[in-house]
Amino acid sequence: MTMPLMKPPRKNPVLRTRQMNLPPWARSRVALGITAAAAEGRLELQVCDDCGATQYPPREACHRCLSPRLTWREQTGEGELLARTTLHHSNDLFFRERLPWRLGLVQLSAGPTLMVHLHGEVGEAPTRIKVGARLDRAGQAVLIGFPDKGSAHMADDKMLREMTSDPKFRKVLVTDGKTEVGQAIVRALVQAGADIVWVGHAEPWKKFGAGLDDISSLPQVTLVPLDLTNGRSVSELAGEIGGKVDIVINNAEVHRTFGIVARRGTDVAKAEMDINYFGLLRLAQEFGPALRARSADGAIGATAWVNLLSIYALSNFPPHGTFSASKAAAHSLSQCLRAEMRPAGIRVVNVFPGPIDDEWNQHMPPPKLLPSTLAAAIVKALRDGVEDAYPGDVAQEWLERWRDNPKVLERELAAGAS
Amino acid sequence: MSRRRASYEGVAVAVPVTVPYVRYSTKSAHWFIGQALEALVRESGVPKAQIDGLCLSSFSLAPDTAVGVTQHLGLSPRWLDHIPTGGASGVMALRRAARAVQAGDADIVACVGADTNHVDSFRQTLGSFSSFARDATYPYGSGGPNSIFAFITANYMRRYGATREDFGRIAVAQRCNALKNPNALFKKRLTLDDYLSAKPISDPIHLFDCVMPCAGAEAFLVMSEERARGLGLAHVLIRAGIERHNAYADDPVMVRGGWRIDRDDLYAQADVKPADIDFVQTYDDYPVIVMMQFEDLGFCEKGEGPEFVRRHTLTCDGVFPNNTSGGQLSCGQAGAAAGFLGMTETIRQLTDLAGARTVPDAQLGLVAGFGMVTYDRCLCTGAMILGRSADKRPGKPPPDTALIPSGAEQHATANEGLR
Repeated sequence: MTMPLMKPPRKNPVLRTRQMNLPPWARSRVALGITAAAAEGRLELQVCDDCGATQYPPREACHRCLSPRLTWREQTGEGELLARTTLHHSNDLFFRERLPWRLGLVQLSAGPTLMVHLHGEVGEAPTRIKVGARLDRAGQAVLIGFPDKGSAHMADDKMLREMTSDPKFRKVLVTDGKTEVGQAIVRALVQAGADIVWVGHAEPWKKFGAGLDDISSLPQVTLVPLDLTNGRSVSELAGEIGGKVDIVINNAEVHRTFGIVARRGTDVAKAEMDINYFGLLRLAQEFGPALRARSADGAIGATAWVNLLSIYALSNFPPHGTFSASKAAAHSLSQCLRAEMRPAGIRVVNVFPGPIDDEWNQHMPPPKLLPSTLAAAIVKALRDGVEDAYPGDVAQEWLERWRDNPKVLERELAAGAS
Repeated sequence: MSRRRASYEGVAVAVPVTVPYVRYSTKSAHWFIGQALEALVRESGVPKAQIDGLCLSSFSLAPDTAVGVTQHLGLSPRWLDHIPTGGASGVMALRRAARAVQAGDADIVACVGADTNHVDSFRQTLGSFSSFARDATYPYGSGGPNSIFAFITANYMRRYGATREDFGRIAVAQRCNALKNPNALFKKRLTLDDYLSAKPISDPIHLFDCVMPCAGAEAFLVMSEERARGLGLAHVLIRAGIERHNAYADDPVMVRGGWRIDRDDLYAQADVKPADIDFVQTYDDYPVIVMMQFEDLGFCEKGEGPEFVRRHTLTCDGVFPNNTSGGQLSCGQAGAAAGFLGMTETIRQLTDLAGARTVPDAQLGLVAGFGMVTYDRCLCTGAMILGRSADKRPGKPPPDTALIPSGAEQHATANEGLR
């Protein structure tokens, strides 16, 4: 049984905020294949196309038949714990600061022997175990041995919380509370146990409307003025709450449905870029440094940055051509943000939904993503510690087509398919 | 079966030298190699220019390899080998050098295992030891081989009923031997209680199951028997040698080593039985591996290791002398030199240079090598049987007594600085 995480006491502001020492970051290029799958929450290992042997650690040729044709394939992770140890000494600062630390040696049913971080609920060897892949604080994949059947509070395991960004007891900024999506995210965060949710609204002098009224009545929620098109507004809010925010969820967006010819001029495209791209840039410049400084601040320190992108960021959807372009720009910028947040161990989570069931996708046929489904996907991404999430059937299908052949997808979209 | 291999007949192994160990050194590996070669030249009387073969093992030589060392030290060998295989490199060096001498590719080969140890060397070595370690073990707690051997030990204990006391007997006996070795870094008696109450490192591995990284070198010369005789050098003969890499790769966790595959070959080459061996120098990076070697080299059956150590005294004067120098558990692990420690000690034992550690009337010694935890187990295994030469020539007084490190005393408890 994992003891449920108790809310840590208030921090003494005089004490030094502990700085992050990342776990070992170096990997060979071939080993990054595990990271690529773990970034989406899957455990994948190389399997030989010719003889079927599963390989680990990652390598360039099959250990059984020497074939170079090794393909990454999803694994169930089922296996047996052969031995476990508790580390009381480490030469690496990250682990040294977190001792004791449990480790296991596992034989997968698929064959190979793996070294894993061991969840506290896994008992003595030999026992059945389930191995999963997670990103560690360095953003690199590590394997984790989970109990065959976990208890209710298994997410609160001390080791596992180092790998994930669970909103429980954390303080979160949601940049736009006016939209249905924003309100759904706020409700999902409150339900997930967030301590404080700051909710941005760009025009505080206007009447709130029913949705915003609803969430603002929640005791965890505080509305804050935030206009992402205005550098001063972003800067002022960062000055006020920047040093307290543990998770930033940037859901503010402008979505208009135009291509190039249907709407002359650049005003609408500029408005999209001003929020979707420059808004992210302004926000990251103001809140990024504060987040980085608090990434090792106890069990509920700063942990993640979430960007609401769009599946159209991968390939332009011509009926929403300028919106797609702004999301592609934001996607590119998020990769820069990810690189800059990496040294502090802050996870940048990109969410690529398909069409959301809102007014700007009125003409899109179903299935469309409900705001509550999208919100649940964001909370799940934080809890599972994934880096890229593609919620909804449309997003999943686009992703598959894009992975299969991006050029073919471009032609399909140009021909009016969706 | 492949055709019968050529014997190692006619090859002499001589001039064991030890460059005194220190916990930390600001010198580079080249300094320790230079000191080893200087001692080889001094002890043998062979001029440097006549050393025409060099076999080198070192982890801390980068960016150099053995060839860079030839220029650094002004050697011009006509045979050169670089074997960065750690704990197996003593056995591997001797096997290669012996064949070079037999074939006439070299007349006098210097085999050197040497490493330096700066304050932060060990941590850096762990992180870049192998690509598998970098990808699949170092990110998991960075415990280095400690956590891997914790798994191996835990599994062995569960499967064969070994207890910590059993492993403690090995460590305690080795410390007894080390107290008679002026070069051992550990100079305090170790009791079984000390062993059992030591702090946990990665359970069931505790402090005295671990070696202490240090700097130092071990070396010896390989030449023809005639040449050794002509030079008047006390020497030993090679009776047998085996090596094996990545054995039993399908075992999910290591319970046996490659010695087991080749041991019949080993004893057949020497035409002896395990019971004929007078002492063994096992590779002792962790006591569980010593126990495995007792089994896999045929001194007892698999799973009988715990009972074997309960029934045999393992000290120099015991019924089954093991690691008569104290082994690396008590001498310190001078990087790749640890793979040469059993070899130099065996040459000393069989040429009457072992002083107070002498195993009485020893004729045959077995040296085992074990090296390179690139992922979840050690990959290289090897063993040699060395025999006393029939030449009745008393050896010189122990050279290592002349090389007692002046600062050794201060390092005796240096492992307490492990954290």
